[in-house]
Amino acid sequence: MSGLLEEYAKVAGQDVVFQLQQLANHLKGKKVVHVNSTRVGGGVAEILEKLVPLSNELGLDTSWEVISGADDFYHCTKAMHNALQGYSAPIAQNLLDAYEQTNRDNAEKLRPQLEDADFVFIHDPQPAPLLKLCPERRGAWVWRCHIDASRPYRPVWRYLRKHVSDYDASIFSLPNFSQDLPHPQYIIPPSIDPLSDKNIDLPEEDVEKVKKEFGIDPNRPMILQVSRFDRFKDPVGVIESYRLSRKFNPDLQLVLAGGSASDDPEGEAVLEEVRTAAGDDPDIKVLLLPPDAHKTINALQRAADIVIQKSVKEGFGLTVTEGLWKGKPVIGGNTGGIILQVISYHTGFLVNTPQGAALRIRYLLRRRNLMQEMGIKAKEFVRENYLLTRQLREYLTLMVSLQHKAEYRIELI
Amino acid sequence: MSSNNNFKDHIFSVKDCALITIATGRRAFTLTELRNHIRDVSPDSIYHHFWGGMLGAGFEESEYNNDFADWCRRNLNEITLGEQLSVVDPVAHKDLEDLRQEILEIIDERLAESEISLFLRSTRPFEFLRSLLVIFDTGKKITRPEDLPLILPELTTGSIFYHFIDSRRRLEHGFDDFRLWLEGFGEDYMQLSGSLAVIDPFFSSLRHIRQEVTEVCLEKLGRGAI
Repeated sequence: MSGLLEEYAKVAGQDVVFQLQQLANHLKGKKVVHVNSTRVGGGVAEILEKLVPLSNELGLDTSWEVISGADDFYHCTKAMHNALQGYSAPIAQNLLDAYEQTNRDNAEKLRPQLEDADFVFIHDPQPAPLLKLCPERRGAWVWRCHIDASRPYRPVWRYLRKHVSDYDASIFSLPNFSQDLPHPQYIIPPSIDPLSDKNIDLPEEDVEKVKKEFGIDPNRPMILQVSRFDRFKDPVGVIESYRLSRKFNPDLQLVLAGGSASDDPEGEAVLEEVRTAAGDDPDIKVLLLPPDAHKTINALQRAADIVIQKSVKEGFGLTVTEGLWKGKPVIGGNTGGIILQVISYHTGFLVNTPQGAALRIRYLLRRRNLMQEMGIKAKEFVRENYLLTRQLREYLTLMVSLQHKAEYRIELI
Repeated sequence: MSSNNNFKDHIFSVKDCALITIATGRRAFTLTELRNHIRDVSPDSIYHHFWGGMLGAGFEESEYNNDFADWCRRNLNEITLGEQLSVVDPVAHKDLEDLRQEILEIIDERLAESEISLFLRSTRPFEFLRSLLVIFDTGKKITRPEDLPLILPELTTGSIFYHFIDSRRRLEHGFDDFRLWLEGFGEDYMQLSGSLAVIDPFFSSLRHIRQEVTEVCLEKLGRGAI
């Protein structure tokens, strides 16, 4: 077994890697191309960074291509992203023109490789028009939508649908994200990479160092929410929950850690609201971390007693997965993919209000043994369901199914 | 009876499988909608909502043994119906059509006896899914029951699903592949077969089932087997 596979076998289990090898035996040498629009930053790039080498170690011939464009292209795709998430705003024609032109330009460069591939995975709306620009394609093309498209802004979806309806299949993260499309829609939840800086085991001294760096008292309980400063993540609601809990747990500390908001005008405003709500409470730390602060986030999650993700709207909620993987009970908003991960009384608690979150914080802090039990269960739950190896297995299964074009059952004997 | 394993010369070929979930586009917000979709979906969707969760992403300690019961209880707040649906045993039915009929009858009865059930509406729909199963040969073979405790701990959860769960759909009388194979050896392994038959595959993870099957084999075949 190769080095990388061995590393994953240590974390996910030998049997899991054995199964990947078995499935991959039926796809040996197949040319697979993943296309997205960024090499670094964001969940898609994080996953592809490991998924691609791992696929290659299993004997597939996998590559990862990135399309690029000018500002108008990114403005357009940002607007598309928002529209798929339900934000009602039309996109100007000049931006759509830039979107199509950028795809035409990139197709010139990528066409031979894409047309020759056995499988092409197009991630998100940015490169979606490439399919129509590769008329001589011979393989199966799959559109992988990572966005919560459960209630898209219809005019934008209608436009995008023209570009994605000819694909052989699409993949959505949750069943309710799927749309009316004329091809099979596979449901593959996202995953975390247990070997990435954000999730790898850390020595205790690294955790202690981060506590010290941010002035977190190691002898008092700490609750943490990691997320962008976004109203849908309800950071102000988390502060309210903390204050309600403090009446019963005066030692409690709260850390709200998020990425830089420089590219998001609304993020700046929300950050200000959060700072105002935090006031001069020395036990609330509002941390604005750089995008590459993965190890810091990892250490903060490990330092926390309880992880909070009190979103009022959420896609899948990978920060929940990360928290569970660190063996922490998670108090999560009763929405989106959080519902799949937070199982009340088992891996944490689902809540609907700041009051609900406060109640569960109090409850857990009074039951340390239960917290520990939940933490153990939470980690195993992620190991079974939400590691990169599971996602790769489903990609391999999908490729086998597309190869055989069967409806319900394929026997590779 | 199809075992997908011809057991020729008492050879048990270990297979493995992987499942992928596919959206059907059908969604139900009310009990009547749920009922009508259950009537119309492909049998594989019924299969998925009873068994698919075991191989797909999901929580092993679920309160109910099928998604229909779970949704009625949690989302429709139909406690009575949730309980009634939770005792449906898919193994006790000769096929998925038969299973479908029983579910429909239970729902119809509830709709007839409780007027309020007609008006309940969930904010979270029941999403009808189906699954596609890819089955492959692992190349592993055993010829003696005594080899079972040796090989079982090494099996993937996919193998356990295929031979212990999926087999109940393929074989008659809720048989599994292990028991069918043991039958070929005559009376000698009846006791082992009987013990395997009483393992309840619901409310457990596949890893836990693997452990339970291994322990039963060790107990009945003697620790000396390994």
